[in-house]
Amino acid sequence: MSVKKIHKEQPENFEFSDKSLEAANKIISNYPNGKQQSAVMALLYIAQRQNDNWIPLQAMKYISKFLNMPYIKVYEVATFYSMYNLSPVGKYFFQVCTTTPCMLRGAYDLVKVCKNKISEKENVLSEDGKISWMEVECLGACVNAPMMQVNEDYYEDLNDKKLEEIIETIYQNKIPKPGSYSGRINAEPVNNRKTLLGNKNA
Amino acid sequence: MLKDEDRIFQNLYNDSGADIESAKLRDDWNGTKEILEKGREWIINEVKSSELRGRGGAGFPTGLKWSFAPKEVGSRPHYLVINADESEPGTCKDRDILRFEPHKLIEGCLIASYAVNAHKCYIYIRGEYFNEGQKLQTAIDEAYKNNLIGKNALNSGWDLDIYIHYGAGAYICGEETALLESLEGKKGQPRLKPPFPALIGLYGCPTIINNVETVAAVPTILRRGAKWFSSLGRPKNTGTKIYCISGNVNNPCNVEEEMGVPLKELIETHAGGVVGGWDNLKAVIPGGSSMPMLPKEICDNMKMDFDACVENKTGLGTAGIVVINNDQDIIKCMARIARFYKHESCGQCTPCREGSGWMWRMLERMAAGEATPDEVDMLFDVTKQIEGHTICAFGEGSSWPVQGLIRHFKHEILERNKFDPVVKKNKNIPYLVDQHLLEKENA
Repeated sequence: MSVKKIHKEQPENFEFSDKSLEAANKIISNYPNGKQQSAVMALLYIAQRQNDNWIPLQAMKYISKFLNMPYIKVYEVATFYSMYNLSPVGKYFFQVCTTTPCMLRGAYDLVKVCKNKISEKENVLSEDGKISWMEVECLGACVNAPMMQVNEDYYEDLNDKKLEEIIETIYQNKIPKPGSYSGRINAEPVNNRKTLLGNKNA
Repeated sequence: MLKDEDRIFQNLYNDSGADIESAKLRDDWNGTKEILEKGREWIINEVKSSELRGRGGAGFPTGLKWSFAPKEVGSRPHYLVINADESEPGTCKDRDILRFEPHKLIEGCLIASYAVNAHKCYIYIRGEYFNEGQKLQTAIDEAYKNNLIGKNALNSGWDLDIYIHYGAGAYICGEETALLESLEGKKGQPRLKPPFPALIGLYGCPTIINNVETVAAVPTILRRGAKWFSSLGRPKNTGTKIYCISGNVNNPCNVEEEMGVPLKELIETHAGGVVGGWDNLKAVIPGGSSMPMLPKEICDNMKMDFDACVENKTGLGTAGIVVINNDQDIIKCMARIARFYKHESCGQCTPCREGSGWMWRMLERMAAGEATPDEVDMLFDVTKQIEGHTICAFGEGSSWPVQGLIRHFKHEILERNKFDPVVKKNKNIPYLVDQHLLEKENA
């Protein structure tokens, strides 16, 4: 379980926008009648997306009323799962995977670059306030190691040089292309493909 | 090497696109209605005789699992839940199925839900796979539009609704009962078994939970026949499997191969060999981080299937092969895996909550050479105290890799850790208990 810090400055009010409301009602209809509590995870995501990628306490209270469930149950869920940010993060939120398969291929070089180029400590905003970074556990793209996630996109087959380029691109207000950075397609072996060649050449 | 036509996942590298038109060219949705018309009994028996075992890690026979669902729907509806919460370090096979072969999965959902009498299917995808989930949602929408699922799917008279539920970064939700808790909107903490989910699962209703790869393989098995599937591999370890080869290899990749393929062949042929040559190999984790590692001597002649792995005191798990070569510090690698388990323990059972952190701290000290030789035995004892004393298999998952390290590389830990706290020179200070501290500088 991860330790999560609740942000000191909390907004006084939170309400779903019309767009969020529509999405929330659609998701609740996915679950059987009376089981609307199932939607709490999705609703926390919606709140997080609406509120610049973090969830204030007021949003949890709002969701608890919305789903007619105790506030503490929403709070439990929001603090248990690691993808809910309870404090503000950068507009570009770097999550660098450092679990063993990525570590073997140099994930700590990426961490070093993040420390140099973004901020010395995890979860601290960069000087222009755009980027923050943190180390995370396995993101499930181990054959494309080392890799990281920026908001929703995966950046794979990185090394320190390529990560520096990505960070520079973001500082220049451009969004770098997600996917593999070694020129390979998805999870195929680079220059060594021996299977399904008929499909490749078709 | 397995022949290309025997591979189930023809679009593993996305050569031809994941949309429905391309999927139909790959034989998806071909004769699905006829399969359904053959009836529940036939489907379950065919899956049973194909000897398909679950691909999510435990290797439970799929046909048997389906047959546990009550034959008649009582007062409570049945559910089918697909486990796509792939978080095991070293494993990334389900991701490629979700993004490139979604129609195989959806077709499998239709067949499986018909076999277990479910009208609703939830696919639990880990939150990080947001883009993959969107691709699956596109495929689900396509399937609804073509009347492949939904009301009276394929005019077979069967109704099926498929919904995606996103997780939020908790490894433990890959455990089936924790997954159900999470689906119900609670913390993902595993439930006690029994009762098993097949009788009391989601919302207290009968629920069958399958891995993505298992369900996605079913349509092809039923189309080509159980005989074809069981002719691959060896009895009780049949069929094909997607292996994920990562770590210190020249070309890390996902590849579908026959069960029982030699480990060396997988690494040398498909992954381009170990960095620095086969002799530079130190150890291999054969089935995702939860499975004990194997030293080079065993890897030389090791076959990759469920039973061969058990014979070598490890497990096939999810077939996420992590290769570690001699350039790496093996103790540090294990310490990092222990840190993963410390981070992901749900905190419900004391042995796991406290033990996973304890193992991590000890291993970090051992990696730095600051532990005493006795502590190696103590560490082994801690793993034994965790194993089997927890509600779910996370206890085994976190302690087995450490046991594997001690079993095969104990000499290396002992070599590095020679710190000895015993008092060597007695100083005449009778009231000072910690005399050994005096020997350290600045004590």
